[in-house]
Amino acid sequence: MEYKLTFEAYNKALKKNKLLGLTCKDCGTITAPPKMVCSECAGTNLDIVELSGKGTIKTFTLNNVAAEGRECEAPYTIVLVELAEGPWIMGNLMVIDPAVVTMDLIGRPVSMGKLGPKVFPGDKYSAGDSARPLFNLES
Amino acid sequence: MRKVFVVGGAQSPFTVAQQKTQVELFSEVSMEAMAASNVKSKDIQAIFMGNVLGDFSEGQAMVQAFAADNIGCAGIPANRYEGACASASVAVRDAFIWVASGFYDIVLVGGVERAASLGTPLATRTFAMASDRSYEFPSGLTFPAVFAMLAHLYAKTYDKPLEQVKEEMATVSVQSYKHGIHNEKAQMRKEVTMEQVLSSFVVSTPLQLHDCCPFSDGAAAVILASEDVVKKLTAKPVQITGVGQASAGPLHGQKKTLPRIYSRELSVKQAYDMAGIGPKDIDVCELHDCFSIASLIAAESLGFFEYGKSGEAWIEGQADIGGKVAINPSGGLKSRGHPIGATGAAQVYEIFRQLRSEVEPQRQVPDAKIGMTDTLGGDGGTLVNIIMKRGW
Repeated sequence: MEYKLTFEAYNKALKKNKLLGLTCKDCGTITAPPKMVCSECAGTNLDIVELSGKGTIKTFTLNNVAAEGRECEAPYTIVLVELAEGPWIMGNLMVIDPAVVTMDLIGRPVSMGKLGPKVFPGDKYSAGDSARPLFNLES
Repeated sequence: MRKVFVVGGAQSPFTVAQQKTQVELFSEVSMEAMAASNVKSKDIQAIFMGNVLGDFSEGQAMVQAFAADNIGCAGIPANRYEGACASASVAVRDAFIWVASGFYDIVLVGGVERAASLGTPLATRTFAMASDRSYEFPSGLTFPAVFAMLAHLYAKTYDKPLEQVKEEMATVSVQSYKHGIHNEKAQMRKEVTMEQVLSSFVVSTPLQLHDCCPFSDGAAAVILASEDVVKKLTAKPVQITGVGQASAGPLHGQKKTLPRIYSRELSVKQAYDMAGIGPKDIDVCELHDCFSIASLIAAESLGFFEYGKSGEAWIEGQADIGGKVAINPSGGLKSRGHPIGATGAAQVYEIFRQLRSEVEPQRQVPDAKIGMTDTLGGDGGTLVNIIMKRGW
């Protein structure tokens, strides 16, 4: 059975700031990032959909110690966002000010900014590049 | 199923970067474990080894086969298990199943790692390989960052001020150091105060350096034997009475239960059910405190304390020797160290020694009869629990 929404296709779309997911024609659940089957009912009757890129922050961290090859990125804020469509997705937040990156972030609305995603160019272990959403705080 | 027993074991010192190879580290603990179990190389029928990053740390894959040859066990089946930080516990559970099934009578189980030898940047990179490479590592996810996010989510979920959670986390670290100082094989043998924890370098908010376990080199091994042969080997065997294992996908896919790690709840239920006991019956538990917050989260899912309440339990001494359940009298991953492929075997060996009253007196749990291990791989991707009781 063919993989409906591959990492390659998802990554290609995300690099254009389009967030893709899967909608289940059996139970209606949105699965994102993609999987082989519906995250709720394990069904395979799936269609590719574009997601809003809007949601709320569920949790976060301001990370000071990066992996080898990514030291220049630190410090950076990682967020787990609950998308308006339901799934949780990981990304970065534009803000890295410690005075703002506090518990008060949890529940704040965010959206994927016009600046587009950030792209990890890849290293010798990663078999290519990979984008992730970059979120802005909504006022 | 036949009864399966741990009859002996060994642990190397867990250390910062050192020069022995993985084959050498594993061979040393294997020979010690065999001597302690009254078996010889020719008696071992199979080897089950946890090893995660040997390819990266010293350019050696398939270390289990070379180790088998090194210890005079050439020719027997030797398997490597990779379940990130839970690798050796996966090996122990599989070895248990093979012995219980009747296929083998005597096997060698353990693990080895040179995580400290990787150095912090490459260790941080390679540890992150146990997170989702496609949809989470691109955001710069590291292991401290995983548990940092869980710490914030924990505070929010249980409606606790972050400062209170941080104090609870620091209490966990202080207790671990307090026990590890007496563990002759521990990596970090020093007293650390609350103030030192709370003033240490911020790795990934809210986690500080003393909230995090170190990178470690080391090895551990145990010998498992069936009920048919155990009496010939030791008068004080320790029986494995329950095992559990479960898996999970990436962190974002665990949204329904976080900050609880659902794979742990599936795994520990299997172990409790198989052993026919519950959390109240556990005297001593070696749980997976890769980060201080991980201890709080684990102790709740294992059923020792109510959700959101384990920090108070630690502060009251309920998680210490003399409390409701003695957690990590070895010093845990925090103080004993965490050579990831070996950790599960070290936990099993610690419980084995605790039940036989053989650890250093300052950290011996008095009259411990039933113990459990809890080992987490990745961000919940692999979770293993093993319950053991005195078998004499």
